Amino acid sequence: MIKLLLSGDTPRSTVLAVILGVILVCLALAPFLFPGVRTVDTAARICVFIVLVASYDLLLGYGGIVSFAHTMFFGIGAYGVALASTHMGRGFDAVFVGALAGTGVAAALALLIGLFSLRVRAIFFAMITLAVASAVAVLVSQLSGLTGGEDGLTFQTPRALGPAFKFGDELFGVKLNGKLLAYYFVFFGALILFLLLLRIVNSPFGRVLQAIRENDFRAEAIGYRVVYYRVAATCLSAGAAALAGALYAVWLRYVGPDTTLSMELMIDILLMVVIGGMGTMYGAVIGATLFVVAQNYLQNLMGAASGLVTDVPILPELLSADRWLLWLGVLFILSVYFFPTGVVGRLRQGRQA
Amino acid sequence: MTSPILETRDLTVRFGGHVAVDSVTCAFQPGELTAIVGPNGAGKTTYFNLISGQIPASAGRVLLKGQDISGKSVSQRTRAGIGRAFQLTNLFPNLTVLENVRLVVQAQSGKGFNMFSTAASHAEMTEAAEAILMRVKLLESRAQVVSELSHGNQRKLEVALLIALDPAVYMFDEPTAGMSVDEAPVVLDLIAELKEHTHRTVLLVEHKMDVIARLADRIIVLHNGALAADGPPQQVIASDVVQEAYMGRGLEGILEDV
Repeated sequence: MIKLLLSGDTPRSTVLAVILGVILVCLALAPFLFPGVRTVDTAARICVFIVLVASYDLLLGYGGIVSFAHTMFFGIGAYGVALASTHMGRGFDAVFVGALAGTGVAAALALLIGLFSLRVRAIFFAMITLAVASAVAVLVSQLSGLTGGEDGLTFQTPRALGPAFKFGDELFGVKLNGKLLAYYFVFFGALILFLLLLRIVNSPFGRVLQAIRENDFRAEAIGYRVVYYRVAATCLSAGAAALAGALYAVWLRYVGPDTTLSMELMIDILLMVVIGGMGTMYGAVIGATLFVVAQNYLQNLMGAASGLVTDVPILPELLSADRWLLWLGVLFILSVYFFPTGVVGRLRQGRQA
Repeated sequence: MTSPILETRDLTVRFGGHVAVDSVTCAFQPGELTAIVGPNGAGKTTYFNLISGQIPASAGRVLLKGQDISGKSVSQRTRAGIGRAFQLTNLFPNLTVLENVRLVVQAQSGKGFNMFSTAASHAEMTEAAEAILMRVKLLESRAQVVSELSHGNQRKLEVALLIALDPAVYMFDEPTAGMSVDEAPVVLDLIAELKEHTHRTVLLVEHKMDVIARLADRIIVLHNGALAADGPPQQVIASDVVQEAYMGRGLEGILEDV
């Protein structure tokens, strides 16, 4: 049963399986294990980013295609939900219409970009995605009448997912309200999408993508129309990113250019894929978890460390909470240096050795 | 005489001012094994590239079963029945041996766009791939990653991919290059088998005279991109044209040169 859900692609390393199990349990029980607004918010972000990074891994790790427009597709999904909820009124119908419309637009845009640029060299595709993504980001901030511009849009999600909705008293000291339901909406949405992506990369289609990544010349010579497969992968990955964006919008009840469309976010996604391990899917889980946790808690950790060494010269300065970005950078350089194939690649190697 | 399965008519390609393949007109009969010989730079591999579509022709046509395929892409030609093994090993290096062959089996089953079943669940494809690995004596290496295989085994896998494709026209570009004396016969036996038992049409670029003498029904000689000689092996080797074209050294001398 588990094997079927994982599409036969087991972690293939005991350590990795344990880590993934711990992450799954922590995310599944996050509101009960770590009650608190901030921790649950972090858990929800991890869920969303796992899907986002996994969908990017489908493109980069399996298809070997470099795209800089992934946040654009993510943003399209998020804005889809926001716009539908604003104009149709709060409700699940608005969420689904918005998510589906966002996914459709994202896939159609991916199809267009793909057909125009994937016929030629891969580097050209990367350049085009960069240009289109920048253009869309500018467009979103300019069309403030529709998108709220730089301020973004705040909107209402279905009543059942809001904190005012109560469906019971307390369970293990956790209030049974709409916020809890919203978390589980995000969690199960992300879980289903992740398993679906895992299935796609292990399907016959996924094998063709790997073959194209390995040797597109030979893939063509054994009869695969490489350009069609590349375009299909681009569309699938864009659609999955848009759905992740929709989940994010439902959770935040807000969309804005900085949270969904920025280039910084794009670089974060790239880092998460590389740290976790390209072309493994499970790398997305590890990468997203490590990254989001570091982003949210490194500052606190360093503040505490700095407090411990107040008597030593220089050290408190270095460890000051304001330097957290520096240390995040150092952590990434070290992880790429020591795990060139990502955490998952390293763990799987360890088993074979 | 039956109608040819593959034909090239005035097939030409120029790279700048250099004519690499010069107006080659040649027909290949079904079930015939043709060896293509000539010194290095004579245009043998380029001629192959023109037939299988990796390089577009500057002029001339390629016909498969009477149909003009000159304007078709590589993958379209493959599906139409032209299969190619490469001179430099050209595989999927980070996939397993089994996965390499299975990809070819899958390409023919048309299941490439199937996204919602697992690849492993298609037992019939796995079995077909294993049967081919058995024929090339690579079955015990099935789970190995290709980049870890020995050179000889990679050459065998190169041939296995072509056999999995089972095209109407097999094109081998120096299939035994760099193989050890023990390994080469496996590949040569397979080619002989293709010819004798399944009556496939085979085009073979080869330098080794013993291989040509054993397998070929016919030899064509390319020299400076042009067709210099064409006929049964004994006749071509003895022909004055060839002797003269190679400054009296004879075909054997030329072949030993390269």
